[in-house]
Order: sequence, then C-alpha cells, then structure tokens
Amino acid sequence: MRIEMTVNGEPRSADVEPRTLLVSFLRDVLGSTGTNIGCDTSSCGACTVLVNGESVKSCTVLAAQVDGEEVTTIEGLAGPDGELHPLQAAFMEHHALQCGYCTPGMVMASLSLIREHPDLDEAVVRRGLEGNLCRCTGYHNIVRAVLAAKERMEVIA
Amino acid sequence: MTTTMEPATSGGVIGERVLRKEDPRLLTGQARFTDDLVVPGALWAVLVRSPIAHGRIRSIETSAARAMPGVRAVLTGEDLAGEWAAPMPCAWPVTPDMKNPAHWPIARGFVHYQGEPVAVVVAETRAQAVDAAAAVELDLEELPAALDLEAAATGAPLAHEDLESNVSFVWSLKPDEEAVERAFREAAVTVSERYVQQRLVPSAMEPRAVVVVPQPVDGSFTVYSATQIPHILKLMLALTMGVPEHHVRVLAPAVGGGFGSKLDVYAEELACFALARRLGVPVRWTEERGENTVATIHGRGQIQHIELAATAEGRVTAVRVRLLADMGAYLQLVTPGVPLLGAFLYHGVYDVPAYSFECTGLFTNKTPTDAYRGAGRPEATYAIERAMDTLARKLNLDPAEIRRRNFIRAEQFPYSSTPGLVFDSGSYHENLAKALEVAHYEELRAEQASRRAAGDRRHLGIGISCYVEMCGLAPSRVLASLSYGAGGWEAATVRVLPTGKVQVVTGSTPHGQGHETTWSQIVADRLGIDVADVEVLHSDTAISPLGMDTYGSRSLSVGGTAVYLACERVLEKAKRIAAHQLEAAEEDLEYAGGAFRVKGSPTKELALGAIAFEAFTAHNLPEGVEPNLEAQVTWDPPNFTFPFGTHIAVVEVDEDTGRVELVRYVAVDDCGNQVNPMIVEGQLHGGIAQGVAQALFEEAVYDESGTLQSASLADYLVPSAAELPSFTLDHTVTPSPTNPLGVKGVGEAGTIGSAPAVVNAIVDALAPFGVVDVPMPATPERVWRAMNARATK
Repeated sequence: MRIEMTVNGEPRSADVEPRTLLVSFLRDVLGSTGTNIGCDTSSCGACTVLVNGESVKSCTVLAAQVDGEEVTTIEGLAGPDGELHPLQAAFMEHHALQCGYCTPGMVMASLSLIREHPDLDEAVVRRGLEGNLCRCTGYHNIVRAVLAAKERMEVIA
Repeated sequence: MTTTMEPATSGGVIGERVLRKEDPRLLTGQARFTDDLVVPGALWAVLVRSPIAHGRIRSIETSAARAMPGVRAVLTGEDLAGEWAAPMPCAWPVTPDMKNPAHWPIARGFVHYQGEPVAVVVAETRAQAVDAAAAVELDLEELPAALDLEAAATGAPLAHEDLESNVSFVWSLKPDEEAVERAFREAAVTVSERYVQQRLVPSAMEPRAVVVVPQPVDGSFTVYSATQIPHILKLMLALTMGVPEHHVRVLAPAVGGGFGSKLDVYAEELACFALARRLGVPVRWTEERGENTVATIHGRGQIQHIELAATAEGRVTAVRVRLLADMGAYLQLVTPGVPLLGAFLYHGVYDVPAYSFECTGLFTNKTPTDAYRGAGRPEATYAIERAMDTLARKLNLDPAEIRRRNFIRAEQFPYSSTPGLVFDSGSYHENLAKALEVAHYEELRAEQASRRAAGDRRHLGIGISCYVEMCGLAPSRVLASLSYGAGGWEAATVRVLPTGKVQVVTGSTPHGQGHETTWSQIVADRLGIDVADVEVLHSDTAISPLGMDTYGSRSLSVGGTAVYLACERVLEKAKRIAAHQLEAAEEDLEYAGGAFRVKGSPTKELALGAIAFEAFTAHNLPEGVEPNLEAQVTWDPPNFTFPFGTHIAVVEVDEDTGRVELVRYVAVDDCGNQVNPMIVEGQLHGGIAQGVAQALFEEAVYDESGTLQSASLADYLVPSAAELPSFTLDHTVTPSPTNPLGVKGVGEAGTIGSAPAVVNAIVDALAPFGVVDVPMPATPERVWRAMNARATK
C-alpha cells in the first residue's frame, strides 16, 4: 500500500506491505537509521520518535497509521548547519550518553516531556522517562540534561 | 628507564572535564551501528533454536522451509559440520583436566539449553527468513535437565549425557590449610553464610549483530560485528573457521554497550561466516531482544559459602570460601575464568592472615555464563561485605567500626595478600572516613534510632560496602600463571602528520567509554596541542592490527598508558630533530606549549608541526634518524591495578508492602588519577545502577522445564529512571604506582561496590524483625516474607 508522510519536514512516500512498522519504514525504507530498535515488547523506548509533536514508540505503530502525519526523528533536530538542538547540546554537556544506542529515543521522549510539562522537576523527569531504558548512564546525567535543557529552551522561547 | 614515570610537562588537559568527541554523531543519529550498515546483496540469517533445555535431536525437517519464498538455504548442525576447523573457543582452561564438551555453533546430536541454535535459515529478506524458520520442524526427545546448581553438584541429572558428572573443574587456592584450620579452632567468633548470586541478563541496549562480507576473488572475509573484541574475534575466526588469519578483517562499528556480553565469540558470527563462505555473498544477522535473553551470555550464577574466623575484638583471622559456579551448558570464551577473577579477593579490603578458596565449576542446561560487568569481583565483594556485617552484628559493633578494625593500613602498601596478590596502593581508612562524612552517617544513625523509637512503619536502613578489585587485565606473566590463553598488553601508535595533526591508533575497542576523548586528552596534554587536533583510530583490525580490546576495566591503565608512552617516544625523536634544526644540544632544549625552545633564548623555537614536516620531507634529518614522526608502544604492565572505594546505601522499607526504596546513594571511589572526571563519574553512575539492579530487580528466572521466563524487557526488570535515585559521588585519589599516569580503572567499580551496600541496608532496616538475610533480588515479596517469617512460625 502507498504511504505518505512528512519526515523531518520532507514529504516522503513509498509502497509498503501493510504490516510494515513505522520503525521499519524509517530505517529500512527511508534509510533513516538514527532511530534504533532495542526490544520487541515496546519496553525500551530506543525507537521513540515524534508524531505530530508527541512521542511515540515507532515499533508499536504501523507506518499506515501515521499516513499523512508529521514525523520527527533524531535526524530532524539539529539545525541546517549541524548546530545541535538545545536538548542535544544539554545531553552532550551533561554527559547524558555513553554508548549512545538509547540516546535518539531518550532525546525524543525528553523533548516531548519538556513540551508537555511546564513544571518539570527531577521527579517528573524520572517518571516521564520510565518508558525509555538506558543501560550505561544510570540516568543520573540524563535527568540533569533534561532539566538543564528545559531552562535553556525557555530562554530561547 | 626514561623520565616517563614523572611527567616533566603537564599540558593541563589531563584531569579536565573535556566534552566527548563521540557525542555529536551519536546525538544526531549519524553513528552507524552494525544493523545500520547497508550491504548490497546481503542475505539474512535467522537461527532456529531449541525450545527445550536438554534433548536428543531425532530429526529436523527443513523441506517446507526450503520451499518458502526468498529462502536460499536451510542448514542444520550436521549439514554445517564440515565448516568448522574447531569447536567454539574457550580461552581459559583453568585446570589441566577441565571438562569442555565440544560446543558447535549449530547443535549436533543433542541440545543442551533452551535457545541453542539447531538450524539456520538464509533468505533474501529478514521477514522471509523469520517466516521460514517457523516452518522448520524439530523432532526432539526430551531428556532430564540439570537446572538447580546444588542438585547439579550431586551429579543428577547430567547436563551432558556423555560426561560422568556435571563438574567441569575444581579450582583451589589454599596457601596454608593448617593455618586456616587453626584460625577457626581458636576463633572467638565465627560466621558462616550462604549467598546466592542469581543469574543476570547483561542486556546491552544494542542487541548483537553481525555482517560477513566474503571477497570470493582472494578468499578473504570482512566481518562487521557488534563486539567488544574485534582483535580476539579475528584470531578466533581464523582458528575456528580454518581460514588464514590474514584473510580475515574484523570491524566493530558503533557498539551499543557490552558489559562483558560482547566479549565473546558467538555461534551467529561463525554461522554467518560459514554461510557467506558457502554462498559467496554477504550474510547478516541481527539479534532480537527475545533471542538476546537466551542466546547472549548470562552473568553471575553462583552459590557462595563463606566463613569467617575472628577474635573477640572483631579481627578477622581467616576467610574460607566454597563456591559453586554455574557455567551453563557450555564454556564460552572466558566462562571458567570468571570465578578466578574473584578468587583472590574474598578477604576484600581486610588484612587477613589465613585464606582458603575452592570453586567447583558446574554444567547446567541453561544459557552459558561468562564475564558480566565486574566478572567474579562483584560476587567476591558481595560475600565478604555481607559477611562482615554479620560479624559486626554478632559482636554488636557498628559496620563502619568492624571495617576500620580490619582494613589493610595505608603503610602496608604495596600489600602482599595471603592469597598471593600484591595490592598496588590504597588508603582505605581515609576513603571510608570521607564516605561517612559525605553521607552524614552519624546523623543517619540518629535518625534511624528516633524513627525506630517512634514506631515508623517505613524502616530506615543504612548499608556500607567497602571494595577493592583487581583490574586492568594485564600483566601477561600473571595471566599465564592463571592459565589464561592470551596476554594482557595493549598497543598504541602515535603519529604526528606533516601538518601537525596527530593520529592515534589504539588496540583498545570502545563501546561507550569515550576512548576517543580520553586518548585525545592524554595526547593533547603530553604534546601540548589541542584536543581537537587529535584523531583516534580504533576497532578495525586493518587499521589497528595489534590489540587486546576492551574489558576488565583495562582500557586506560593499559591502553591509555601505551598512548602516553608513545607520546614520550615521539617527543624523544622530535627532540633529536629539533636539536639538529636549531643547532643546539638536546639537553639545552625544553618542550612546552607544543614547541621545543632553546633554554635562555626563547626566540629559538620549533613547533611540533614543523618538526613533523621536517620528518616527513626528510630533507635535513640528523644522522641515523628515520623519516616520519611516529612511535608504536606495546605496554605490558608490571601488575594489576587495585581501585577501591566505599559505597553507602540508604533505603526505606515499607513494612506493609515490603517495597524497598533507595532514597540515597553515596559512593566515594578511588581510581587513582582521573583523566576525565566527567567520564569517570558516568562510568560509576552506570555501574552503580547495574549493581542496584542486581540487588533489587533483576533475575534470569527459569521454570521447572528449563525455559527462561524472564525472556523480554517486559519480564526482566532493567530499572528505568523512575526506580533509581540521583547518586552522590566523591573520591579520594591514591595514584597507582604501576603506570606513569597513576590511573587504575573504573568501568566495573560501581557494579562491584553497590549490590552489597544495598542488601546490607535492607538487612539493617529489618534488624527490628530479626532478619539477617534477604536474597537478591530483594523483591517486595521476598522482603515482606523475610519481615513476617517470625510471625508465621
């Protein structure tokens, strides 16, 4: 079946099997491999992307379900000249990643969390990121990065 | 010896919190993990796995699968038997008579654990291969399975039908049994404990993946693998696949965590190699998470018996340990060696005059175990630190006081331990004192007393754990005495390019640790240049042919030291060229800020880049000096390094539900000098989280038939941010004298220190209930049952 969607601002379309997952559409059809797959039970969140601005585990959604929608992946965050998004910059400055495999999903989930919670504190961040697993950082620096990014994004806004 | 043991110039870059070079590509989705690689024409392999723990293969029916769309081959263990020059390798034969049943990549005749490959399907797409794998029909005759470790020790049932028992080896370290017996005879107080180290699933976030690309013209192979050990894998592929070593190139692309689980040679790597060779096209495989839980090694899996003999004042006079270690169904790369890495450390940070250790390695019909973060040392630390708390309880001493009375004292270093190691350096009293101060220990005890007096139903517990570990897997001669099948060196090349930029080639293989940044800092510091002007090449056996890879907290103390020493050699050569160019004596030159200057005439100087260009053109070099400015060093340290630290966990246990909340965590670690404190802290955070996870959440649970129940991330409880607190870290600095950087290693320290701190805290919280033990993981149910055991008796 024919699927059309906007991915990181670009219109993309392809003929795919109806059973194609959004994550497979992104990785295998579009070659956009920044979004990673870490499990098969929607537990780890490595595949998190934004659909119309809200975080979604792309292994749990059919590509057909987001036909006509707007998808943002980790590749769509940095500026055109490669300048890191304030959230990406905060992850770097606070050493919120090590192997980096969970990072794309963690960043996308955090972005959605920051936008949805005007009163972000450590407890809200920890609960809000419950669906994203990281095996390297113990989350300590991820929490700090998200809180720091929140401050910075408010200044920019 | 050169002057390298005392750094003459410090560029001020070592010790800085330099942001990581690795991050931008990982943060923007540009990093390429193995599964991200686009390989034209690659076929997909999918393994058919045994659904049972132990059985005889009657038949495997593949014709239906072979007829399915896109399928190119369906092969069983018997079909592939001619592909292997040797069974899968175990590089650590710990005893001469160790039993090591042949381990073929695809099972032949019998299956010995649930998840063992029995056939492999190759198809044009992954979906086709998955579909066809489901159509392979297995006829297996189920045999009794050895599942319980203590039952396995008694010999029935047998995990391997052709062995006489389940014992793979018995390894002992008994320097003086008479002294041990005497100590127990004369002891005023003794402790005897049994602890279970549950099996853990390492759960790196990136599942394993491999791509094998054959070059049919010259018969060579390029292998991309999500591995910690491209160099070791290359050698092992040559030996097991029977190909000349120079016809194999192995690359580890971006690797998404390992924790020991990618320190192995796996069936899927060998199977893809065999299929690529047979079919003459690239073959790839990517692990699913459900597969990862059974097909990738497990960690821990021990039953520990530890006994202490002590005086009435609480001085420990002997430690005696008997260990049952679960090998699983087969011996993987270093499976039998894991308990040995802890065998010397069951006396912990304490000066103990008599010591006895014996370990029995046992086969069971479960996924093979192997090194998982800490490998042997978390187990040893857990046993001694739990037992020390028991001793303190028996003598009515504070846990901090029993530790102070037994510590190896600062003036005893280098300390020759009773089991036979030489601890390089330590300051245990100072370290504990600092941790108690940072944690406000006395105030916590006061709060605990007042809450108990007030009948608070949330019980406060404080747990202390003091650890020391041996790491930096190194010195080759010592590894030889442990029968380890390889050396412990690491190689590095430092090359100043004609424009003054510096290329570092390292045999150490990062998978999240930030080697590119740390190595750049060492080079920038030593050569007086910018971190940005250093390039670090790694993880490709064609670029860095010499290497021993990354595990055992060895990268900085072994590989980083090699980089440091290569810088010193580059400077020695640069100095000769500079002296020649500046027409000055070498001893009149000084090096600072990236240039040689003639002492007393500051205008006469030559920058490193200019020297490198001279070395490149070779137009005017001093007599006997070769062109180009580079040096290669292979460093084999004189000893292990011995990081140490104190971890203090503060928990609240809910009397009504048994739920444990970790409310505070303080860790004061000492890994010697720190090159990048930001990265050091990150390693500790992650390590602590994994140790806390063992204490509270994680367990590989098998049912009675030998099927893994916790076979997904929905059932195996890797903690999320919501289950963990922030950590309070501090440090002491006791440099290691075994390397010129004075560094020790920190990759495993957090995991080693944390589990006993948490469980000691829980037991401490439950003291009013008379609880003296809670098994790991301390789930609400187990904690509740421990609290209520007396009431129900």
